[in-house]
Parts: sequence; C-alpha cells; structure tokens
Amino acid sequence: MAQTVRSAAVTATPATQSDVELRRVVKAFGTEVAVRDLDLTVHQGEFFSILGPSGCGKTTTLRLIAGFETPTAGDVLIQGANVSTVPAHRRPVNTVFQSYALFDHMTVKDNIAFGLKIRRMGSLQVRDRVAEALRLVRMETMAARYPAQLSGGQQQRVALARALVNHPAVMLLDEPLGALDQKLRKQMQVELANLHRQLGITFIMVTHDQEEALSLSDRIAVMNNGQIEQIGTPSDIYDRPRTAFVADFIGDTNLLPGRIDQAYPSQVQVTTDSGLRVLACTASSGGAQTVVVSVRPEKINLSLSAPAAANNCYQGHISHLMYLGTHLHCVVRLGSGETLMVRQPNRAESLGVDTAVYVHWAADDCLVLDPA
Amino acid sequence: MTPAPSPTPAVTWTDRLAPRRWLGPVTLLGPAGVWLLVLLVLPTLLILEISLVPGLRLGQPSGGYGLGNYLQILQPVYLRVIGRSVAFAVGSTALCLLLGFPVAYWLALMSPQRWRNLLLVAFILPLWTSSLLRAYAWTTILRPSGVLNAMLAAIGLPAQNWLNTPTAVFIGLTYSFLPYMVLILYASLEKLDTRLLEAAADLGATPRQSFWKITVPQTLPGIAAASLLVFISTLSDFVVPTLLGGASSMNISRLIYNQFLGPTRAWGFGSALSMVLILAVSLAIALLIRYGDRNTITEA
Repeated sequence: MAQTVRSAAVTATPATQSDVELRRVVKAFGTEVAVRDLDLTVHQGEFFSILGPSGCGKTTTLRLIAGFETPTAGDVLIQGANVSTVPAHRRPVNTVFQSYALFDHMTVKDNIAFGLKIRRMGSLQVRDRVAEALRLVRMETMAARYPAQLSGGQQQRVALARALVNHPAVMLLDEPLGALDQKLRKQMQVELANLHRQLGITFIMVTHDQEEALSLSDRIAVMNNGQIEQIGTPSDIYDRPRTAFVADFIGDTNLLPGRIDQAYPSQVQVTTDSGLRVLACTASSGGAQTVVVSVRPEKINLSLSAPAAANNCYQGHISHLMYLGTHLHCVVRLGSGETLMVRQPNRAESLGVDTAVYVHWAADDCLVLDPA
Repeated sequence: MTPAPSPTPAVTWTDRLAPRRWLGPVTLLGPAGVWLLVLLVLPTLLILEISLVPGLRLGQPSGGYGLGNYLQILQPVYLRVIGRSVAFAVGSTALCLLLGFPVAYWLALMSPQRWRNLLLVAFILPLWTSSLLRAYAWTTILRPSGVLNAMLAAIGLPAQNWLNTPTAVFIGLTYSFLPYMVLILYASLEKLDTRLLEAAADLGATPRQSFWKITVPQTLPGIAAASLLVFISTLSDFVVPTLLGGASSMNISRLIYNQFLGPTRAWGFGSALSMVLILAVSLAIALLIRYGDRNTITEA
C-alpha cells in the first residue's frame, strides 16, 4: 500500500511513478457515450479497482487500457508512453477476462505458454516460466488437462497464470471473480491479494462488487454514467464519500434530502424535507442550499429509553426486523414519517416489530452531500 | 412416460414384448424404415450380388459367383479413371476451401450485421436452380465462341479452349459446390468465440498468428465437415464431368453410367464399380461423423 518513490531523479511524471494514465479520454459508440472526459492515474505497483454499477463504463475503461478499444478523444499512457493508437498485441499489459476466454483446443500448459511462444521464447525458458506460473496459482497437477476438464475456480487460476506468466507491466482484471460462487470468491480474493503482493506489479480490476473492491484495493475509482465520481482509498470512499451516489453505492446508507439552515465552521444544521433537524458534518462542497444528509445504518444507535444525546435524536418504532446472526437489521419509522435503516449488534435487548425506540447518532457520523 | 423403477427391475420377456413397449417406436420409425429397406438396402444388396457375377451382361446367361468384376477394376485404364475422379474431387474441394473460407470469414465476422442474412441468401440462390441448367450455362461461357473468350479478347488476352477439358470440370465442380462450402464454414465461423481472438491479441499475437493458432483450430471441425461433404459430392458427380469434361474427363460416375446404359451392358462390372464408389463415400461419411462438426451441417 505504501508507495515507495523509486528515484529522486524525477522523470516526466512527478513524485510517484504512474503506470497507467488516462487523459481526458472519451469513448463513444455511435451516439452512445460510454466514457466521458475520464482522467485517471494508476501508480506503479498499486492494486487499483474501478467500481460501479453495470453500464457505468468501467469495462470500456479497462478495454481502452488493454487496447481492444481506441479512444474517441484523449490519450492512454502506459509507463509514460502514449499507446492510444497502439494495437492490443503490442501493449505491455495482460488481461484476465470475465469469461476467462481460455483456448479450449489447448491444454492448460499450452494455454499458459501461449504468450511466451508467441514472443519466440526458448522452449527451456518457456517450460520454467510455465512451471513457475502453475506453482503460483497452485495448478501444478493440472498441466496436461484441457479447460473443459476443469472447474470454474480452476479455469480462473489458469486464466490468471496465462496472464501473469508474461510478467506484464500491468495486469488487467475484468470482473475476475464474477463467475465464482460466494465461498470460492472469498478464497480467490485472498489469493489475488497474495499474488499482487508477490509479483509487485500493478493490478487494475473492474468489479461491481463493493466488498471485493474495498477488501482488495489500495485505491478505488467509483464510476457512474461514464464518469468518475470519486477516487480514493477504501476508507476515503466509505467514510468520506463525496457524492450521494458514492455514499449510496458503497455500503448501505440512509439519504435524507433537505435544506441547510445554518452553517457552522465544520458543521451544518439541516432541516430535512420531512421536518427533521439534523446536525451534520460538511464534506465542504459548494454552497448548495439543497443537500442530502447521509448516515450509515451502523452509525445509528438504537435505545429503548431516551438517550442523553442533545443532537440528532428522534423517536419512532420498528416497522421491520431482520435477524442476520451477528446483527439485527431494523427499519425504524420515525414520527416524522421517514424510515431509517439501522444496523444493531445482536445484543440481549428485546426488540420486535412495533417496539417504540429512540434513534440517535453523532454529528460526526453523518455527512452533508450534494444531491445526486 | 415410463413408470418409476421398481426396487427389483427384472424385465421379463412378456414385458418386453408388450405392445406398449414397441408400438411407439415402430409407428414412428416404421414408414421411413420400409422406404429405406425397399429403395436403399435391397437395391444395394442386389447390386452387391450382381457385382459378384463375373462378366454379367444384360440378356446373357451368366456363370457362377466370383471376384472377376473387381479384378477388372485393377486394369490400368480403369485405375486411371478412379485416379482422375479422386483428382477432380480433391482439386475442386481444395479450390472450394481456398475460395470459400475468406468469403465465409467475411460473412461471419466482418460483414455488416443488417445485410448478413441477405448476403447469405444471395449465396444460396444458385442452389435453387437445377444443377443441369447451371452446367449448361457454363458450356455457353466456356465454349470457343463463348462469353469467356469474348471477355479475354476484349482485354487483349489469347483465347482459351477450356470446354471438354479437365479445367472445365474443375471450374464447374468448384462453382457447383462452393455455396455448400461457404454455408457450412459460415455456420462454423459464426460460432467462433471472438473473445478468444481478443485474448490472443492480449497475449501478443498478431492478427495473422491469431488466425492460425486460434481461428483455424477452433473451426477445424467445420472445415473438416465442409471439405468432406464437398469431397463426397464431387467424387460422385455426374452432370459436370459429362457436360463440361468431354471425352478426356471420364470419371467413375460416367464409367458406371456407361456400363449400365452404354452399348456393352456390362452390369456386373458396373455393379462392382458402384460398390467401390459406395464404399469410398461411406468411408468419407464415417470420417465426417467421427471428425466433422455435424451441427454446422444441419444448421447450414
């Protein structure tokens, strides 16, 4: 995670070295604009995720880096070189495809050796590199099999090995774990993180799975409508979302639209549309008067008796209750008519539907954002 | 349809012979089965029998059974006919593949989506006219005073006399069976997973390398199916060699025709030749079933 600055003699790019850079990239398919004015810098050795809902342009962005699409406008740079018009087969990147795209007429070994043989590497060296790649993904015993004889998880490993065997400058991963079941996913997430640490090369992963992005990435770009909403570390994105879209897309949140009544140095007093008065932190956006207050379900406290809190304390009753083992997921209907999602640790309190409760949260735990 | 299996599935003979077991299959397969038996299996057995009577001629008393007819095939003059038939088939199949693959590739992977079906129909269209008519059309093109020589003269090239030569047979066979080749290859190429080509490019393969290492191996069953089908058809074709080939292009079909309907009426020898042709075609079909992608044929 920590970026080591490799040399004091700074080259064209300042400070940390960038491995991939997109400069005001636009990609349009006919009249459909998939990516608009995208600026993006990925540092060397970073695990970078592009996260967003389907159709947000994240896969197109990855394909622009891989060279399967050429930008309508703007430039793509890999290791400082402008590759906007360089075809895919001459770019120093390798892709792990969502569909794996394994060559089913070749054995696992030949699949992995494909890139090396294309580059006319000597057969002894190919053998060693393939063996090394097979060991990295723990598939040594499957070398002679055909892809059709492998399980989904094994095919995924072969796809990984086929890409990393070439020692690319950048590994591109397009929803790499999308086709796996929940348990295998978790396991492969750990392996991906290990591989990244061992290889020390840049990983750029496209995913719609926020949990995957949060747990694996050094930095995340959240995309929506062909644009980047926010780039930051996982905790930046989760704790300090800059837009209502990011707050809503990453994790669960309660969004309360309202107007700013009064502004203090770092806090604002908001009156929501339903009439609640909420004291919240500002993410220092513009001086917009209509805003959205975001408060995470797990930041809300629930109690049966009136708490001592001075701010952000309301009365209501539980309208839905979901038992999740470690947690309770409650929907609380406030007196004002608003409903809030509240996540409570599973404690001894006797909560049930229609139980009258107090909800309250600290001003530091809720954010004022620009409306989406 | 069948009841749940009992704990001890002992099938008795009376059970096996019960009408509910055989009535369905027999009703469904019976009519076609009788048709094939009467019009294919029995005639083939009849030809086999006739082929085993040496020197059988229509209207002449025959001797006993023997392999004389088959030994007659081994005479150089007849071996040359068989060799020529194989050469026609191999050559025109190769020409069809060479001409057809780029067309099928373009249709399946590069042609504009909205025109694709129309273009395919344009390719099938010639198949809706009689093969005899198309062969006659070629005679008017290839004859010395025909369209071809008029065109050659117009651009200042020497006239060619291709009618009644093997060249005309190659042209005619290739023309006749090219649509089949294109259609079957199209069906195969259309199923090609283009993501594999992206993966190959991603791994550093140039378009040429991707073609030879991915596209061709991936569509090999389709190529095999199309080639074998064209091979079978051209090996036994009668119309094109007869109308375009002239005397110098005697092939096995014409030889068989001559034995049955020519002046010699050598039915025994003709039957032996027929059995050889049936065997060769059966062998090709066996290869087709073993190695070809039958799905592409039925789709085409």
